[in-house]
Amino acid sequence: MMHTADMMRVFARYRGDAILVPGRSGRYWIDLSDNHALDVEVGDPAMGGHGGLGLGLALARPDKKVMLFDSEGDLQMSLGILATIAEQAPPNLYHFLIDNGVYATTGGQPVPNADKIAYDVIARGCGYPRAYAFTEIGDFERGLPEIMGGPGPVFVACKVVPEIENEPIGRRRRWQTRTREQVVKDLRAALGVG
Amino acid sequence: MSGAAVLSPETVLAEMKKHGVTHVVYLPDSETNWLYLLMKSEPTLRLIGVGREGNAASIAAGLWLGGARPLILIQNTGMLEAGDSIRGWLMSLNVPVVLMVGYRGWTRHGVTVDTAATYTERFLMAFGLNYYLVENDADAARIGVAFEEAERTRQPVVILVGDEYHGFNR
Repeated sequence: MMHTADMMRVFARYRGDAILVPGRSGRYWIDLSDNHALDVEVGDPAMGGHGGLGLGLALARPDKKVMLFDSEGDLQMSLGILATIAEQAPPNLYHFLIDNGVYATTGGQPVPNADKIAYDVIARGCGYPRAYAFTEIGDFERGLPEIMGGPGPVFVACKVVPEIENEPIGRRRRWQTRTREQVVKDLRAALGVG
Repeated sequence: MSGAAVLSPETVLAEMKKHGVTHVVYLPDSETNWLYLLMKSEPTLRLIGVGREGNAASIAAGLWLGGARPLILIQNTGMLEAGDSIRGWLMSLNVPVVLMVGYRGWTRHGVTVDTAATYTERFLMAFGLNYYLVENDADAARIGVAFEEAERTRQPVVILVGDEYHGFNR
């Protein structure tokens, strides 16, 4: 299995000037990013919505690529978003799924059927024209040129090592450097719609 | 239902166009089928169908962040289901969006047998979401009020479409 930090490091060279939704992986991305204004680091406003956020951005900004880092707990809560994304078929949306198999922020309880579910198969069944699955960092690195070289929507399921947090939420280290309001303000200004 | 006291789909569509709506994120219900057909043939609108109303909230947030002007079209049952997404993706991100919500069970006289209607306004008040009731074409100006208020307050504003009167069932 991969570590999320390694995965993000390997991915970073493909970011370019894309809008990037880090989802629950923001703490791994923040030090790699060279374009914070286009990082939609809003944390977790409500579980299950990162896919929708990425789709909305991709449809509003067809001139820019959107890199979305979703997670499997969120996706299980909103599986239907895959059908909506596939129907809308934004060619600029690259949908990565970081699958650690557990609800890591609540103590590591497994998500339903964590060891047997195949998210890439579900995405393909919902109509994604391209879907991939990786468990090893080397394979992921070798697959990225093909993934990023073609149009979206593309779905990339990545199995990663769970990094479980057991500290009460209020006691966790805050990695964010901007408030949610600032993230929104920076993004809209960078896109010329602020 | 009086023949004159209807909210025609054409009126709703005209309000959408007047206020620059670019995308309609919707989950259909039987009452809005005529509006759906009209929207589908309107080249300035892009329709985004969802399978769960909560997804409409996060999609609308992304659209607005990117500079588009979305409208959400759902039923009150779906609004109740989508509570946490409305809170997180719309209210906490200060997204100025209008939600047009079919008021299933609305009877006007207060004797309500459908619990979807019983909890609709209680839900909106609990969330602190402002709302306007629209039952017929004479009320259409309130749709514009909702758009202007959403923009001014940077918060979602709800239009409740009084079901029995809105004329979408032709």
